[in-house]
Amino acid sequence: MIDFTFTEEQDLFRKAAKEFAETKLAPHVPEMEETGRGWEPVIKELGEAEMMAITIPEKYDGLGLGYTIRMIALEEIARVSVATAMMMQVGGLGIDPIILFGTEDQKTKYLPGLACGERFATVAVTEPSGGSDPRGCHTSYKKQNGHYVLNGRKCFITNSHIADIQVVLANDEDNREAYSTFILEKGMEGFEATHEENKIGMRGCNTGEIEMKDCEVPAENLLGPEGKGMRVSMTAISETGRAGMVGCALGLHTACLEAAIKFANDRILYGKPLSKLQAQQFKIADIKIDLEAGRLLGYRASSTHDKGERAGNEYAVAKYFTTEAAQRAAKMAADMHGGYGCMEEFAVTRYLRDSFVLGPSAGTSDIMKVIVSRWALS
Amino acid sequence: MDSIFRIVVCVKAVPEPKAAESIKIDPVTRALPRLDIPLEINSLDKNALEVALQLKETLPAHITVISMGPPPAGDIVKECLALGADEGILLSDPAFAGADAYATAYTLARGIDKVGPVDVVLCGRASSDGATEWVGPELAVFLDMPVVTMVREFVETKGTSWQVKADIDHGYRLVQVELPAVFTVTQDVNTPRTLSFSGIIKARKREITTWGIDDLDLPAESAGLKGSPTIVSKLTYVESKRECQIIEGTLDEKVEFLIDKFAEAGVIT
Repeated sequence: MIDFTFTEEQDLFRKAAKEFAETKLAPHVPEMEETGRGWEPVIKELGEAEMMAITIPEKYDGLGLGYTIRMIALEEIARVSVATAMMMQVGGLGIDPIILFGTEDQKTKYLPGLACGERFATVAVTEPSGGSDPRGCHTSYKKQNGHYVLNGRKCFITNSHIADIQVVLANDEDNREAYSTFILEKGMEGFEATHEENKIGMRGCNTGEIEMKDCEVPAENLLGPEGKGMRVSMTAISETGRAGMVGCALGLHTACLEAAIKFANDRILYGKPLSKLQAQQFKIADIKIDLEAGRLLGYRASSTHDKGERAGNEYAVAKYFTTEAAQRAAKMAADMHGGYGCMEEFAVTRYLRDSFVLGPSAGTSDIMKVIVSRWALS
Repeated sequence: MDSIFRIVVCVKAVPEPKAAESIKIDPVTRALPRLDIPLEINSLDKNALEVALQLKETLPAHITVISMGPPPAGDIVKECLALGADEGILLSDPAFAGADAYATAYTLARGIDKVGPVDVVLCGRASSDGATEWVGPELAVFLDMPVVTMVREFVETKGTSWQVKADIDHGYRLVQVELPAVFTVTQDVNTPRTLSFSGIIKARKREITTWGIDDLDLPAESAGLKGSPTIVSKLTYVESKRECQIIEGTLDEKVEFLIDKFAEAGVIT
């Protein structure tokens, strides 16, 4: 038989993540919303709460807890602040390629600092020419005097300005069929974060551009085999990245459900709470049904991942469903609020804005459908 | 005193506030069944545990958490282990069901006796459900220890003579007490820490011991409902009504009206 219940310990991790989100992160949300910045203290909080250590093996000072716990943590954090969950999820996207493809020296050098939050990471693949087609990558590298020289520009990079370590995909200048991945560190000559984006939602989540101008990268910073960079970056994106977005979507979806229920119980119409009206009950049912389905898809995928099996396809299904469902949930929750759903003091407006950012991140819904159709047709 | 300081923290599994709507009081015993409702650590007991954890940061100490309740209460004991307690004991037996504060304190005391020599027993001032504030003092009687209730600050905790600040109606008492002793604490004593992921991992190695009525060598008539000298004879719901009244008239008339209303309510004389 299949057991669909979380273990007692998993429930305890959820409780810990929930307590952390409600007590340590929630106070920062207003400033993040108001200024579109304010990420420094939440990044510090994420580190102190060991959130960046979840998937890092214990050997490198991590917790070695796997992807179901990571999804649980992201879900609870996103319920309070999707912007923070997004920075955490993409931070993990910078960490996992080092875990999976790093040399022993790279793991020893980078992972302990990333686990304790002293350093923060990201991955940089998307370019102005697009993120859905990574092979269209224009950032180039060439080998020169025992090191690599990178040139190019990456955009829409979450954590662009705050990451100390960036895992960057580049194309071989002399062989356009070959791609390699490099670990770039903040402060390297010729490497800098440039433009900061102003997004519709997830305000306070740092997103921007990075630029490499004749950036000299030591040979030991090549991550994974030379010429196999597409595999290095895509493995991380297809599993860690999609999984992270599922966690973000589930958390936002839960917040929408809670806001809808609260408003439906508090708001009196025709002498009774909205929750007594069938039209409103059906909206709540729709939000709840989608959430239940999304959780089953998401945690099925993470459970497969934790068994050491490939889960990219399962995550693609879950990523498509949960991010689309979170958008529907945010729209329905805002609709239920009537005029209040247009007023920024009501959190549903934030949820609605945040929900639009879920879709394109770590692969658009259309790209997820491409992947799922390939899976079905294979 | 043993070189290891022995602390026992009593914790109670109480219903989560969000489950308040689904709580069904037993119509016969008027007790609160805890089998099918989500439970959490009684808030003030978390403060008591935090006192113990902070003490452990200053001296070599061993923290035992003890709770009486049905098997699901084991989850909150596990949570205490994840917060940093060294050992967890659950007193659980159908014979313990329906206990009032007296029988609860008696059972806890026998459990603490079985733990062995203890330097300090810590409890929350009250539980969020029963709220009698009796368990701590009654426990002290059964353990033959002094008790200080409503402690808001542990001023001096070196040696075997401690000084604490304990709340009274319009101030505090400064109390010097010889250990071993029982303390009940208020929410002002500290801010309890939250769960940590590494704490949960460390708790994997710590087992919860469950003791039933036979393990404590308790006669059946001393435990649970049978051992409870008090009963809940009646339960009534307190209705809270609010009324809005629009005051008419001139400004002077409105002021006069308000003065009368405030006087009537006893706010002014």
